[in-house]
Amino acid sequence: MGVIYLDHLSGTPLHPRVKEAMIHHINTVYGNPVSDHQVGQMAAQALDTARSQVAALINADPGEIVFESGGTESVNHAIKGVAIGMREKGNHIITTNIEHKSVLNSLRTLRLLDYTVTSLDVDPHGMVDPAAVEAAITPGTILISIMLANNEIGTIEPIAEIAKIAQKHKIVCHTDAVDAVGVIPVDIKTLGVDLLSMAANQFYGPPGVGALYVRKGTRVWPLLDGGMQENKRRAGTENLIGIVGMGVAAEVAKEELPERLPRIKALRDKLRDGLVARIPSIIINGHPTQTLPHLVSVSVKYIEGESLMLMLDEEGIAVATRSACASGSLRASHVLISTGMDFASAQGTLLFSLGRDTAEADVDRVLEVMPPIVQTLRDMSPIYKKEHTT
Amino acid sequence: MYSEIVMDHFKNPRNVGEITDADGIGEVGNPVCGDMMNVYIKVDNDKIADIKFKTFGCGAAIAVSSMLTELAKGKTLDEAMKITNKDVAEALGGLPQNKLHCSNLGADALHSAIKNYMDRKAGKIKDTAKDREEHVKSREAQACYCPYCSKEVQEESPFCIFCGTEISHEHDH
Repeated sequence: MGVIYLDHLSGTPLHPRVKEAMIHHINTVYGNPVSDHQVGQMAAQALDTARSQVAALINADPGEIVFESGGTESVNHAIKGVAIGMREKGNHIITTNIEHKSVLNSLRTLRLLDYTVTSLDVDPHGMVDPAAVEAAITPGTILISIMLANNEIGTIEPIAEIAKIAQKHKIVCHTDAVDAVGVIPVDIKTLGVDLLSMAANQFYGPPGVGALYVRKGTRVWPLLDGGMQENKRRAGTENLIGIVGMGVAAEVAKEELPERLPRIKALRDKLRDGLVARIPSIIINGHPTQTLPHLVSVSVKYIEGESLMLMLDEEGIAVATRSACASGSLRASHVLISTGMDFASAQGTLLFSLGRDTAEADVDRVLEVMPPIVQTLRDMSPIYKKEHTT
Repeated sequence: MYSEIVMDHFKNPRNVGEITDADGIGEVGNPVCGDMMNVYIKVDNDKIADIKFKTFGCGAAIAVSSMLTELAKGKTLDEAMKITNKDVAEALGGLPQNKLHCSNLGADALHSAIKNYMDRKAGKIKDTAKDREEHVKSREAQACYCPYCSKEVQEESPFCIFCGTEISHEHDH
C-alpha cells in the first residue's frame, strides 16, 4: 500500500506535465539567457515563456514577475527591498502576529537597522481587522505586509480591503500568498496589492523556485546585487530548470483549478466533519468559511502532536504537526497562540493538507485509523485522566 | 530522526498505566512545554517491585518513559537513584540533540517518585498539590516570555513580535 500523503502545504509532488517539461528542458537547453548567441537565446525564450505562464496565473503582466529562489526569498526581497527603496519616506512597517517566519525574521533584521514594526493581533479565527490596519498607519509608514492565507490555520485575510486602505494612504502593500497561489484563484487586479510572493512547490512545481509580483512603478531595491538579470531586480543566473517547471505548473494550475477546487474541498469537508463526529474534544482551527479549501487544521486535546504524527506515519499517513516538540524551536506555534489558544491544546495540533491525488478512500482510511490512535495516546496521557475525572 | 530502539519503545511502550495504590508518585514537566511525565512505584523490601508511567509528550518522551521503567524495575532504591537521564538516553541508542533537553525527564520523574516514597515513609505529610506547582514553575522558567505582553518569544529575538518591545536577554537559563 502506498503512502497517503496529506502534507501538501509542506510541498507538492511534481505534476507529470511539469516533470516532462523539466526533463525536456534539461535535454535540449543549456545556454545562459543573457547570451546573445542562438544557444543563449533558446534559454531566454524558455525564460520568457515561463514568465508569461506565471503572470497569467495571477492576471499580471509578464514584466511584473521576478523569479526568486522560493517563497522565502520572495518575501525577503519584498520586505527588505521596500525598506531600503523607501527609506527616505519613513521607517515604519505594519504586519500581523500570524505571519510566516520569513516575514517575522525579515522584520527582526530590519528592527536592528532602526525600522519600527507594528504587529497586529488577530481574532480567534485568525482574521485581521482592516480598521486596525488603518489605525496603525503613521506618517512614517512605508509598508503593509499581511499574508493572503495562513499556513497553519488556513484563514484567508481581507487583503483586497487592506490594499485599498494602503492605496488611499499611498503605502506599499505586500502579501505573502505562498499558500494561496495555485490553490485558490488569485487575481492581482481584484486584490490590488503592489507586491505578492508565491512558490512553485505549493502547486505541483519544483521546490527552490518562486516569484515576486512587482506592480509597475513600485520601488523595490534588489536583495541580491550583481548583474542585470530579472530586469535588474534580482541578480544571478536564473535557475532555469526550476523556472521552466514553475511556468508549466502555473499553466496547469490555471487549467485544472476549476475542476480541482470543488473536488478537494468536498473531500476536505468530509475529513473535517468526520473527525469532529468521531473524536471528542478536538478543535477545528481557522475561519469557518474564509479558509484554504485543502486544509484541515485540528487541535486534539490531551495529547501531543508529534507522537500522533508518528503513529499516523506508521499507518502510512503523512501529515504535519505544529507542536512545539516538532517545530525545532521547541516553542508552541505563534499562530495558534495568537488566536487565543492555550499552550497545551496547541501542542496537539495536526495539519492535513489535501492535494489533486487525494482520493475519497484516503479520507476514509484516516477516519478509520485516527480515532483509536488518539484513544491510545489519551489513555497514556496524565492530563486526559485528570480533566476527565474532575 | 529517531533510533530503532526509540521507535520500538514509542510504538510498544512498556509499563504504561497507573498504580492506584502506589507507594510513591513522581510528576515532572508540564504540558505547556510539551512534555509531562508521571511515574508510579510500588516498593517491596527496598526494591522497586512495580513501576508504571503516564506521559503527555512527543515520541522521545514516551520512549524515555518506557525505557526508564525497564531500567528501574527490580532495582534497589539506591541503584534507582543513580539512574541518570543520560543513562536512559544511552539505553535508547541516543536521542536527537533538541530532545535531550525537553523530553528526557524520565530519571527526574523516577527520583521524584522515590523521594515521595521516602517522605511518606518518614511520616512527612506531603502536599502533592503544592509539590506539583513547584515543578510547573521550574519548567516554565526555561521558556522565554516577553516581559511586557507575557507572550512567548524566541530566545534570540531582539524584540517581541507581538508588542514590538525590545527585549534584553539577561534571564537565568
